[in-house]
Amino acid sequence: MTTSEDQRAPLADGGPSSPSAEPADGRPLVSVRGVTKRFGADTDAVTALSDVSLDVPDGAFWSLIGPSGCGKSTLLRVMGDLIAPTEGSVTVGGRSAAEARKARDYGMVFQKPTLFNWRTVRRNVELPLEVLGMPKEQRRERAMAMLELVELGEFGNKRPAQLSGGMQQRVAIARALSFEPSLLLMDEPFGALDEITRERMNDELLRIWQRLKTTVVFVTHSIPEAVFLSSHIVVMSPRPGRVLREIDVDLPHPRDESTRESARYFELVTEVRETLREAQQL
Amino acid sequence: MNQRRRVTLNVAGVLVLLVALWEGYRAAALALGNTWPGTGVSLPIVVRGSGNAAQFPHTWEIVAAFWRPYRGGGELLGTFLLGELAYTMREVAVGFVLGVLLGFLLGVLFRHSPLAERGLMPYVIASQTVPFIAFAPILVVSVNQVDFLPVWMGVAVLSMYLVFFPMTINTLRGLRAAPATAEELMRSLAVSWWTRLWKLRVPAAVPFLFVGMKIGATAAVVGAIVGEISAPSSAGIGGAIFAFGRVSNNSLQLFATTLVAGALGIVTYLIVVLAERRVMRVYEGTGS
Ligand SMILES: Nc1ncnc2c1ncn2[C@@H]1O[C@H](COP(=O)(O)OP(=O)(O)OP(=O)(O)O)[C@@H](O)[C@H]1O
Ligand SMILES: [Mg+2]
Repeated sequence: MTTSEDQRAPLADGGPSSPSAEPADGRPLVSVRGVTKRFGADTDAVTALSDVSLDVPDGAFWSLIGPSGCGKSTLLRVMGDLIAPTEGSVTVGGRSAAEARKARDYGMVFQKPTLFNWRTVRRNVELPLEVLGMPKEQRRERAMAMLELVELGEFGNKRPAQLSGGMQQRVAIARALSFEPSLLLMDEPFGALDEITRERMNDELLRIWQRLKTTVVFVTHSIPEAVFLSSHIVVMSPRPGRVLREIDVDLPHPRDESTRESARYFELVTEVRETLREAQQL
Repeated sequence: MNQRRRVTLNVAGVLVLLVALWEGYRAAALALGNTWPGTGVSLPIVVRGSGNAAQFPHTWEIVAAFWRPYRGGGELLGTFLLGELAYTMREVAVGFVLGVLLGFLLGVLFRHSPLAERGLMPYVIASQTVPFIAFAPILVVSVNQVDFLPVWMGVAVLSMYLVFFPMTINTLRGLRAAPATAEELMRSLAVSWWTRLWKLRVPAAVPFLFVGMKIGATAAVVGAIVGEISAPSSAGIGGAIFAFGRVSNNSLQLFATTLVAGALGIVTYLIVVLAERRVMRVYEGTGS
């Protein structure tokens, strides 16, 4: 409790990979170089990814979109060092993905909230902080602040099962952000939500991203979601999973309901849709 | 409160039903002369005689036997059995705790090391395929050869032997019950094996641990009674069953003692169920 700030080393400025106070300047945080991923033995091996290269700038919001089975989750899992690529490499802030993971550079959010029901909501958010060895009082405070951020301040003492799906996913986001990872990896986090809730969650996620300036790689099936959230969209094609096209999203910030009704938004949605249709025909 | 009352009523109902079945069968068998009507074929259980020589005594005779001197002398059967019950309960408790610990540790070891699982699991399973009654005497006697162990330890070890197996299996299942994404979350946080065990796998295993312990609770009592029956020391409830069973004119004592053994099994099980309820209330956050 008497521990000073600088003892929570992973949360203090953790060197070159941490998002710094200076604005995003386009220097790549994540570098994916020639990544190929094959599952299974030689003859019946599935090539999930084929020679994928990406450079995600510090502070950017990137979406991966593509037909089911094109390797979006696989790419995200390779980036997060949950699985190893067959060929190629990933670096995060100059470190290998494995080193980055061990330095707790990654915050992960899955399609399922993956909360521990034996813990209260607040203690779920505290989990990464516990792992990092943050003193009790401090992590409690931090968790409550994160819950406020996702507008669940009053639900800290509830159990996850008592919350709706959308609320649970917000808790998962609060947990992923609680330890200020330099990179947030999200795999269809809102895939199970209805359209209206999803839009609300999108608004909220953008607001949080703008405030925290965390780099985000976001997997989605939803074209409107990708356009609304992203600074950059990577369209992938299946069998084998490749990068088909990259589209810059130049919609101004802050984005809100009027963004969704703007002409440029519709243009971009159409552009992504047509690219995706092309991908399906390949 | 309401629920407690319902449980009490259920238990009372079951008891009344059992007594009614018992007495009904007894009356019917006597009326039919112990044979199936119209044939000369004997009923499966023959009702004959009365008092201590009875083959199928009245339920109330059995219960009344607790308040009778059990052997020429002055000590009441109930008093005597209470002493033996305490002796058996110690074996059950020690055997249960040791079995649960051993089973848990083996489960953790097997979860940690597939090599250990592949190497040791066949022996763990083989240990349970041997009819334990066959080697119970050997096990009890050999443990009793160890000088520094108390005499009841042999029986406790047999009890443990029956408890650890369901505990191992259920611990292992429980430690594997955490969803893949939860394991991935822990990996993304680069936690140690130890942290993963205590913050994810063991909590996720809690309901399974109780399944193992509930099976183990009844197994512990079976192990202790069988161990006592086959041990030369002849102490405890099992020892009393053995002693009464050898003499033909002790049927009321034998039935009464068996009743105590059954009650011990039920109570041991219920203790684990109550513990489970308490723990699950905290675990699920449904406590007041
Ligand atoms: N662990 C695995 N073992 C074998 N094959 C796998 C494995 N994981 C993924 N694949 C295969 O790799 C390909 C890409 O899968 P992936 O889950 O990355 O697709 P996706 O783009 O995320 O799909 P979706 O949009 O449906 O989530 C699929 O053909 C899938 O069957
Ligand atoms: Mg996927």
